[in-house]
Order: sequence, then C-alpha cells, then structure tokens
Amino acid sequence: MPSGMSLIVKTVTRLVASFIVLFGVYVALYGHVSPGGGFAGGAIVAGGLILVMLAFGRRQTRNMFTHGMALGWDCGGALAFVAIALLGYLAGDFFLNFAGHGDPYRLASAGTIPLSNAAIAAKVGAGLFGVFLALAVFRPGQRQEGEQ
Amino acid sequence: MTNLLPLFVAIPLAGGFLAPLIGYGSDERRAGAARMLALLVGALLLAGSIAFMGAAARVCWIGDWIGTSSRPVGLSLVCDGLTELLLITVNSIAFIALIYSWSYIERFTGRSLYYCLFLIMLAGLNGVVLAGDLFNIFVFMEVAVIASYALVAFGVERPELEASFKYIVLGSVSSLFVLLGIAVLYNLTGQLNMALIADRLVAVGATPAVWLAAGCFIMGFGLKAAMVPFHAWLPDAHPSAPAPISAMLSGVVIKAVGVYAVCRLMFNVFGMTTPGGAMYANVLITLGVLSMIIGVLLALGQWDFKRLLAYSSISQVGYVFLGVGVGAAVLAGGGPAPVAGLAIFGGLFHLVNHAAFKSLLFLCSGATEYGTGTRDMHNLGGLKHTMPVTAGCCRVAALSIAGVPPFNGFWSKLIIIIAVAQAGYWSLAALAALVSFLTLTTFLKVQRHVIDGDPPAYERQPREAPGAMQLAMVCLTVACVLLGILLPLHQGWLIKPAQRALVSGPGYATAFGPPGMTAQIAQATPRVEEAGP
Repeated sequence: MPSGMSLIVKTVTRLVASFIVLFGVYVALYGHVSPGGGFAGGAIVAGGLILVMLAFGRRQTRNMFTHGMALGWDCGGALAFVAIALLGYLAGDFFLNFAGHGDPYRLASAGTIPLSNAAIAAKVGAGLFGVFLALAVFRPGQRQEGEQ
Repeated sequence: MTNLLPLFVAIPLAGGFLAPLIGYGSDERRAGAARMLALLVGALLLAGSIAFMGAAARVCWIGDWIGTSSRPVGLSLVCDGLTELLLITVNSIAFIALIYSWSYIERFTGRSLYYCLFLIMLAGLNGVVLAGDLFNIFVFMEVAVIASYALVAFGVERPELEASFKYIVLGSVSSLFVLLGIAVLYNLTGQLNMALIADRLVAVGATPAVWLAAGCFIMGFGLKAAMVPFHAWLPDAHPSAPAPISAMLSGVVIKAVGVYAVCRLMFNVFGMTTPGGAMYANVLITLGVLSMIIGVLLALGQWDFKRLLAYSSISQVGYVFLGVGVGAAVLAGGGPAPVAGLAIFGGLFHLVNHAAFKSLLFLCSGATEYGTGTRDMHNLGGLKHTMPVTAGCCRVAALSIAGVPPFNGFWSKLIIIIAVAQAGYWSLAALAALVSFLTLTTFLKVQRHVIDGDPPAYERQPREAPGAMQLAMVCLTVACVLLGILLPLHQGWLIKPAQRALVSGPGYATAFGPPGMTAQIAQATPRVEEAGP
C-alpha cells in the first residue's frame, strides 16, 4: 500500500521542496544584510523537510533523513556556534568578531556573523525537524517504532 | 583572567553537544566516551571555579563590547563573592554527581543523551549565576530548567512523565512571571543590565510598578526555589529523576535559579535600603517560615525515601530564606549591620550545607534503591549490615540535616537562630528551633527504617553500591564533616565574600556598571559596614 498523501501532493512536493530548502539557506546566509537570519532560515529548511515527510509518509522519509542525521546536524550546528565564539579568544576575547568586516551590505561582510548564522540554521533546522520526527516516529506504549 | 569567565558556560555547552557525537561503534562504547567527556568537563569546571575563588570581584564584557552609561549596549558576566560561592557549589556537586552517574546510569538506555542534558543543565546553571543582566538570567534559567524537565522524565515511565509534565507546566508559568517582571523593569528604567537597573530605580522611587515587578520575581523565582505556596511540583519532580539528577535538582538547581536569583534581585537590584525594602524583607521572611514549617510537616508523614527528602528540601530552603530575609529586614530597618551580616551569613552557609547533605541523602537513596530495588521505607531496614558504606554516609547526612553538633547543619542552623533572635524575632527563632527538632524526628525515622532495624524479607539480598557511587558518597560525607568543623578556616574564603556582596546591596551597581555610570546610587544610599560573626 502506498504511504503518504495523493499523487498530486507528492508531485507538487517534489517540485517545490528543494526550492523551500534553498530559500531557507538563502535567508540564513543573507541574515546579516537583509531580514531573516539563522533561526528563520533554519525554520524554513525544517519546514521543507517536514513537507516531504507529510507528503511521502514517515516510513519512506525516514530512509532519507534519519534520526541520527538530525542529531548530528543539531549537535554539529551548536558545536560550530560555540567554536566560532571560542575562536574569538585567538584574537583576544570571547565572541570577538575577529574576521575581516568587509564592505557593508555585501555577502562577504560582517566578519563571523554569517558563519554564526549558518551554524544556527543547521542547529535550528535539524532540531525542529528532529522534534517533528520524534513526534511522528515514537508511539506511546512502545519505545520506538521500527529501526533504531 | 577575567575574560575567561564565559568558559564556565561555553565548556559545558560544547561538551554537552559533543557528548552524543563522540565515540564510534556500539552504543556501549559511545556511552563510555560520553561518560569520560562529561567527567573531564566536570573536573575542568570544578578546577576553574576553585581558581576563581577569592580573587577580586570582576566584570567581563562579552565580545569586548563595553557599554557606557549613555549608550548601554553589551552583555556582561559578573563574578563577585556571591557568584563565586554559587559557582563552586554548583560545580562541585555536579562533579560528584557525574562520578556517581558513572555506575548508576548504567541501567538506563540513551546514556550519551543523559550526559548531553546534564552538561547543558550545568551550562545553564553557571550562566544564571554569572549573568550580569536580567534577560540573560532568564535565558540561562530556561536552558537549565528545560534540560531538567527532560532529565526528570529520563526514566520515561508513567510517573516520571507525569511529574515532568507537572514540572513543565508550573515551571513555564513561573518563567512567564519572571519575563513579565523583566518587562516591567525594562519599561520603568529602559535597561536590562542589573547594575544600571539598580541605578535607575533610585530615580524611579517606590511606585506600585516596582512592587509589581518585585512580586513577579518573588513568585517566579520562588516557584523555582519551591517556596511554600509554589512548592507543589517539587515532591513529584525531584524523586522521579535518576538519583544523581535528584541530587543536582535539590542540591543546586533550586539554589541557583531560585534562591540566588531572588537574593541578587532583592539585595542588589531593588535594594533593601529603599522604601520598599521592609516589605520585600517581610515577604521573604513570611514565605521562608511557611516553607520551613509546612515542608517539614509534610516530610514527616512520607514513607517513600526520596519523596521524604524532597519535602525536607522545601523546609531547608525555608531556613535559607529565613536567614537571608531577617538580614534583609535588619538592613531595611536600619538595624545593626553585624546582626544583618550574621543572618545573611547563616542563610548562605545553610545554602552550601544543604547542597552538601541533601545531595548526599539523594545519592544514598539512589544507592539504596540500586541495592535493594525499592525506596519504600516499609520494605527497607537493616542496611548497616549489608550496605555499610551507604548506611554510614546516610547516617552522617541524616545527622547533618537534623542539626546534630559536630556536623555542618548544626552550625548553620545555630547561626541562623542566633541571628534571628538578635534581630528581635524571638518567636521565629523558637519556630526555627522547633522545626529543627521536627527535622531530627523525620531523619530519626529514616535512620530507624532504612539503616537500623531488622532487615525485612528482601526479594534479593541487598548488595553494596559499586565503587564509583561509594566514592561520590564518601566525598560528600567528608564535605559534610569538614564544612562544619573547619568553619573558622573556610569562612573568609567561601562565605564572607558572598555575604559582603549581599550586605553591600547597591554597591553592586557602582562596582559592575558600565564605565562612566552616573552612579546616583552611590550618593543616595549610605555605605553599610562589613559585618559578620
């Protein structure tokens, strides 16, 4: 029996999901020059992944995006953020914006801020998706359905 | 060294997020790697907090963004005497709980996530006591308590989940009250930095809006500290967690996000010498006395070992608030500074002592459950024969909390009672002595039904706890003894600086505000002399 929603939904999802994720990445990377930022971008990325999961059903999606991937990106994003903050010590102080500030309003500007935004986007995107995955996969009365 | 202060938050945070990732191969090996990492982080933080003890008070501006009085931007971390006291308490209990977890947590699944949550909670606690502005206190408090919600539910059985849900609902309500209080203060003063708020509040004066903010904070942080009208979540949440987490929750979490925050705000931000001071002090005393009496009366009737300990925590936190509140009342009433200093000293000393003996008691209850499979005191007894180390540690802790002379609990209760009597609250001093007697009764019951007495028919022969758990318990037992008898040696190093930080009250604003602050507060309030026993 096919899982997930109807063919129409699946086709549309197939067309738009990658653009949603791409838009999320754009919002995160341009967070320092335009409205948005790591949190908003990450939430959009997670929205794209959740759309895939709703359209194709949890069994099929779980093969593409596993619980371990969500955990890895989530922790990795947080670690990268702390690492950027700690790198500031090399220049003298915690969270010091040590990288070149560049020209304002350009993509390559604002020093470490875009890097921090990217780290936050990874953390938030994977975190929100992980929460959704947990709610979809774990069932009351049993530890976990299927794998892991 | 000042700019190393953020490491107290950054190291456990990094360790927490690294814990689920490191190691390879089987779950067993990954959990082993996480365990080593957590212990390493705990040891580093403990060494750091010892290194920071006793040095001059200092302030660290994050990212070198130093605000000025006219343009107050930037976040600060402040390390004064009170912060040092809490840092060393939090990090030593955390380190000992991590040693204990080495063996205790073996029977759970998802152990690397346990260490992840533990370290994130630790990062939040360190952040709360270091934060120099109100909003960061809120953020770090949320980091710590949200990790603790998950840790309370770590057993994922029905009672744990129910307790955790109750804790989440009440905890969220209290956090909203704290946020409301912050919003009101921000509206009144336009600042979030605590030193600047204290400075601007002098100009605002005593208005109902300030009282509303103070009420929100007392309610919000008081719920986190389990003061009596707000205590309903604690007797469910603390016993449901794994034993080392119970020790952390009762030993340090309610102190750091509850007692510390209330003291910091009431003494250093609102100020006791301001017109509202006497009212705040009376609220603290009333809630403290209520917690003290109701907590112990509820503890007396419990037969679940851990639940009894949880109720007794409410009572002991009441002692802390009584000591600190009487000190506040004396300061507010313009009474003799030495008496105020003595009361605050007693309260803070009791805070440290309670962290030591209550954590130890929770660790002992965990070892008892580990060895016998039950924590119902009807089905326990005679453990001094089968589990001698656990029973010995448990006895020392029970005598300490009951206030029996050579141990630490006796000295702090004695100091509180003397100071309360000197301040003229004779009836409260008598009540404190009576509650101490009831505590003794409660813990005689624990000794009679757990340590001594005839062993009942155990389902399986009780066995002594593994070495790591014994080591953790013995460390805390030694702390219980030494904190008491070495009081003359350690007081100047450990407790006096914290007491000075609270007694100096508005001195916080002049010491830790941004450079060039107007410091109206310095002229507005007289300096209070140093005081103590």
